[in-house]
Amino acid sequence: MVDITPADAVPPAEVAEMELYHPHSWWTKYVFSQDAKVIAIQYSATATAIGLVALVLSWLMRLQLGFPGTFDFISPEAYYQFITMHGMIMVIYLLTALFLGGFGNYLIPLMVGARDMVFPYVNMLSYWIYLLAVLVLASSFFAPGGPTGAGWTLYPPQAIMTGTPGGQDWGIILMLVSLILFIIGFTMGGLNYVVTVLQARTRGMTLMRLPLTVWGIFTATVMALLAFPALFVACVMMLFDRALGTSFFMPAIVEMGEQLQHGGGSPILFQHLFWFFGHPEVYIVALPAFGIVSDLISTHARKNIFGYRMMVWAIVGIGALSFVVWAHHMYVSGMHPYFGFFFATTTLIIAVPTAIKVYNWVLTLWRGDIHLTVPMLFALAFIVTFVNGGLTGLFLGNVVVDVPLSDTMFVVAHFHMVMGVAPILVIFGAIYHWYPKVTGRMLNEAMGQFHFWVTFLGAYLIFFPMHYIGLMGVPRRYHELTATTVMTESAHDLNAFISIMAFLVGFAQIVFLFNLIWSIRHGREAGGNPWRATTLEWQTPETPPAHGNFGKELPIVYRWAYDYSVPGAKEDFIPQNMPGAFGSSREPA
Amino acid sequence: MADTTLTHTGQAQPRPAGLQGVAADWSSDQRAFKNVSWGKAMMWIFLLSDTFIFGCFLLSYMTARMSTRVPWPNPSEVFALHIGGSNIPLILIAIMTFVLISSSGTMAMAVNFGYRHDRRKTAILMLLTAALGATFVGMQAFEWTKLITEGVRPWGNPWGAAQFGSSFFMITGFHGTHVTFGVIFLIIVARKVWRGDYDTGRPGFFTSRRGRYEHVEIMGLYWHFVDLVWVFIFAFFYLW
Repeated sequence: MVDITPADAVPPAEVAEMELYHPHSWWTKYVFSQDAKVIAIQYSATATAIGLVALVLSWLMRLQLGFPGTFDFISPEAYYQFITMHGMIMVIYLLTALFLGGFGNYLIPLMVGARDMVFPYVNMLSYWIYLLAVLVLASSFFAPGGPTGAGWTLYPPQAIMTGTPGGQDWGIILMLVSLILFIIGFTMGGLNYVVTVLQARTRGMTLMRLPLTVWGIFTATVMALLAFPALFVACVMMLFDRALGTSFFMPAIVEMGEQLQHGGGSPILFQHLFWFFGHPEVYIVALPAFGIVSDLISTHARKNIFGYRMMVWAIVGIGALSFVVWAHHMYVSGMHPYFGFFFATTTLIIAVPTAIKVYNWVLTLWRGDIHLTVPMLFALAFIVTFVNGGLTGLFLGNVVVDVPLSDTMFVVAHFHMVMGVAPILVIFGAIYHWYPKVTGRMLNEAMGQFHFWVTFLGAYLIFFPMHYIGLMGVPRRYHELTATTVMTESAHDLNAFISIMAFLVGFAQIVFLFNLIWSIRHGREAGGNPWRATTLEWQTPETPPAHGNFGKELPIVYRWAYDYSVPGAKEDFIPQNMPGAFGSSREPA
Repeated sequence: MADTTLTHTGQAQPRPAGLQGVAADWSSDQRAFKNVSWGKAMMWIFLLSDTFIFGCFLLSYMTARMSTRVPWPNPSEVFALHIGGSNIPLILIAIMTFVLISSSGTMAMAVNFGYRHDRRKTAILMLLTAALGATFVGMQAFEWTKLITEGVRPWGNPWGAAQFGSSFFMITGFHGTHVTFGVIFLIIVARKVWRGDYDTGRPGFFTSRRGRYEHVEIMGLYWHFVDLVWVFIFAFFYLW
């Protein structure tokens, strides 16, 4: 311990103390709360609740695919409704809401050393509008005609035609209204996250000292603020097509032998708008996962993250590149081959910063003091899964390979691995990691291990065979494939196997939910910093942190977030708010 | 007065110019945009997001217009008014544009008087801005009524491509909604200025936070943005 840096080496405060809203009653403390931590838990609980609906829907789909003809109540219409709602809920209402609304709200103010989000009232509104969006979406299950069955991409013209479930009923209208509400609500929250990171950090917390979790969530939020507008516009226009009879997306079309009133619209325009949102959306989900997993690996391997600056630039680079790759979802839409060439090139370029991140995670692990805790297991599983899912992305990013694989189970397997399983593994890891901070108690380790192994191995048993049957040519989105040439006997058997695995993995999640509830009372007392981590959220005076996060004085940051196992230091971690120079930190100058 | 953000920190040290200054700000402590308050930063980022919304609307409209195989109605004729025995093309739009651009002028003056803490003039100029905005929306309602009586509907019109009516009502409607919200918030902020909330530090009704005269400027950012968007709508819809 040499040469203690005096506190005045940190520049003087530029951000004054925030005026916090002090709740007066139970209602303003726990329900209409303006505390980002309460809002985060509200977001997470709502997302989990609607996510469970999507999980049950996936079981129903697997029942039909694995055992066709057995379950009469799953009609073709119902099957399409399950697909649509499963996809939309998982991508938007679960993953986006949980990563940004849940983890973003909880972690950003704590990690950057702020008392709260910059505009807590707007932040609260964000949650309540999100809840409204979820309720509108859920209400479509009870509407006449049921929810929409247009597929989660909602492609026109079929999305608003009679043959599609919900197309001429309430389903599609409720879906579009719900999406519009979601985007409005998200914008309110997203502006808060961005401004908090940019303008409300504590003293000493430069952007290049932010934990990578914050970098991931921040970049994803910026992307969401620029990508969701395209979806907003697409939803408004389709709503008009359906409700007012305009023809933005509707060409002249004959339905059931009758010429419709529509004409002159462009279905391809919708695809462009949708995927201009849809592709960044993949990274809106992936970047927070990248950030969180970097922190989990560094903490649980007791080693600084390898190449911190490179990691930051990779996050920003992926975010920027993801806005110029959208049409790789549209190779079979009949676009000009030169466009395919362009979008294939940009798509493959994205593999470079992504690979940098994977190498850096592995190099962080290299010769680290790896603790195989449950969060670490999930983080390691994420790396493996992301590499596996990413490799099939190289297949699908190439036009010539994509065309025959288009609309097969291969595509389903690819995106479930890369943006379904991989981010959800990170969510689980993050919950095991931060649960002690939120509740003050550890999650049960035995149940956690069981949950991990069943989920991790089960996910592979579900999705690896799915690649194979996809390569055999089994198409996706088919209610029933019986005696066709593409469906051999062995493919049928595999489908049944996949279904059984899907049920097993699903039931393992019940153990996880039980663990969440059980550990609130019966978990081991965690203390303030059970993982011996460096970042600010673990240094709060109270656990769980009180309103205002940091007691009387905001912490002052003296170092980056990755001072683990610094030679010469007393312990194998140095909190960010500890003054002084200790031996040879690897913080970039 | 307890500001949530210090805009005058007394930091007078010279900052590097040009790109180096940008890099210095971004790599500096606590804030990426020096002396920019939270509210102003938030409004700028919101406007960036809103730009993408209007951009998508206008690009969709252009796509529709360029790809339709039916003739597009001639804007000089459709938007002409019959005054004094002759059709004057674009006369109403010219007046609407003039009104809206003028309101940007009164808004800029309101911001100036706001920072001088001249409550009376600030409030009057803001109300004048609101009145000009309301006039704009009123003329837009007149224009809509005229087109509707001539048979323009979202799903069709007597002169050509159906997308003309649908794009027109959607885009001008979305912009008109922006103006309407602007008018409402102008009146709210003007009332606060008039009552002296920003001098007495009266907490906001919903947020329980104290406001500052900077709110006038933030309101102005939004208002100028809505004007700027109108210039693009004007160019792409009426002049094309």
